[in-house]
Amino acid sequence: MLGYLIRRLTSLVLSLAVASAVIFVVVEVAPGDPASYMLGLNAQPDTVAALRAELGLDVPRLQRYLNWVGGMLTGDFGTSYTYRTPVSQMIADRLWISLPLALYALTLSTLIAFPAGILAAARRGRPADMGVMAATQLGVAVPNFWFAMLLVLLFAIRLGWFPSGGFPGWDEPLDAMVSLTLPAVALALPQAAILARVMRSSLIDILGEDFIRTARAKGLTRGQALWRHGLRNALIPVLTIIGLQFSFLIAGAIIIEQIFFLPGLGRLIFQSISQRDLIVVESVVMLLVFAVIMVNFLTDLAYAIVDPRLRRRA
Amino acid sequence: MSRTLILGAVLSAVFVAAALVSFVWTPGDVEGIDIANRLKPPGAAGLLGTDHLGRDMLSMIMTGARTSIAVAIVAVGIGMGFGVPLGLAAAAHKGGLLDELISRGNDLIFAFPSLVIAILITAIAGPGAVNAIIAIGIFNIPVFARLSRGAALGLWTREFIMAARVAGKGAARISAEHILPNIANLLIVQGTIQFSLGILAEAGLSYVGLGAQPPLPSWGRMLADAQTMVAIAPHVAIIPGLAIVLTVLGLNLLGDGLRDALDPRLKVLRT
Repeated sequence: MLGYLIRRLTSLVLSLAVASAVIFVVVEVAPGDPASYMLGLNAQPDTVAALRAELGLDVPRLQRYLNWVGGMLTGDFGTSYTYRTPVSQMIADRLWISLPLALYALTLSTLIAFPAGILAAARRGRPADMGVMAATQLGVAVPNFWFAMLLVLLFAIRLGWFPSGGFPGWDEPLDAMVSLTLPAVALALPQAAILARVMRSSLIDILGEDFIRTARAKGLTRGQALWRHGLRNALIPVLTIIGLQFSFLIAGAIIIEQIFFLPGLGRLIFQSISQRDLIVVESVVMLLVFAVIMVNFLTDLAYAIVDPRLRRRA
Repeated sequence: MSRTLILGAVLSAVFVAAALVSFVWTPGDVEGIDIANRLKPPGAAGLLGTDHLGRDMLSMIMTGARTSIAVAIVAVGIGMGFGVPLGLAAAAHKGGLLDELISRGNDLIFAFPSLVIAILITAIAGPGAVNAIIAIGIFNIPVFARLSRGAALGLWTREFIMAARVAGKGAARISAEHILPNIANLLIVQGTIQFSLGILAEAGLSYVGLGAQPPLPSWGRMLADAQTMVAIAPHVAIIPGLAIVLTVLGLNLLGDGLRDALDPRLKVLRT
């Protein structure tokens, strides 16, 4: 186990190091100097140079990369060029919208997908199964931003049950949840379709195993065998997909936040890109990548603890 | 032939045909502005109505199909063109430094939330169809590299490959002459799935203004234009979305149908 842990940790650190270098290079080669952008077209060259020095843009690139990474390791994400506030503070503020939104969507998608997948597997080949499978085909084909527009059209404009956008803040928890509902539903639908398919195929695989036949021979009905012995064993691939979906939810949230005017991380990225606030862009993207890599790492680790056979691989 | 395959093939063919026909004929003008006839509902002006500038929606959908298909084809081409040789090379040198490098590289690209990076690339390199293609294409590389490495590894242990090695063929030649034809089915099936994902990704990027730029019609941008008009003219929002859904659905059904028809034992990596 220790050897496995060391191998996985090494590859984790390596992945993060390469990822940070890639992000830094991609953002740094971008045309457009933040200092001249901030000062406008009529700025004097010496003013621009002074601002560059103040922002720390005059030191060599390698030095800036090391400063950036070193800062992040100590929790210092730098200072926004545009707003002059610590990036970590900006991220923390936005995270209070993006994270609840992603979790809300994840909860919804699980609540839809589990019953649908279990139903389809239990009624394999029958109308209920075919209905669920047809719905999932449709679910993966619908772009979530279009689904969001339809939701707004029906529930915000026609019925007026939900706001069409904006966020009132967490001081009013109920209002806040209401305003996150349509975005969360829009994000959850395609994820639920994928998850329901994984749940179904995983359960069908398990139901073909010997121990299920033993359980049936013992006198359990099909349904009892499925609930008591099948479900728990079918959960491993399902949990992997839930882990992976976390990253899709964060990415999907970027577009959904635009539609519903939610001031989350997605809008922060768009704003900072257009204002050439490079340090914010770099740090937010790095944070997202870090979250994805960590989730995958923890999922692998959890399996290795549960299933010793997995420790030898990878 | 299964019903899935037929339905998928028909839906896909309709959109490819619409795109091809748009090169020589469209029912209306996609560049001319006709404010007097704007936001006409389907039937009142043309089969599918008109948009906020009075342009014929059917013509816009047909020319938009061109953009979607072109972006997705090239993006899948990038993925296959780089991914398959890398995957085959990794399999041929299993356990070696090259295999390790390629596999770790794959893992790394998979760890990036693809849409975030696509947004980053297009935002920084400038919005446009070409940058959208590159951004989507990069994330197709590891998909095909993984798929072909996995499938090739299984083939390398088979007798006919042994025979080829005994006959003195090198790893590169065996990969090209014996491995590649045997994984072609798998690549075609995965190709249709990546194609449909490419169409979704292009629509998403164009929707946020980072994909195809005017005057190039694009389904994603039609939706973006429609956003503020949803309440007064729902058809401008519903029709481009339906076009996306039907195309993606058609390609997915085609992929499923092809998989079952080509080899029932195949299990395809679905992301």
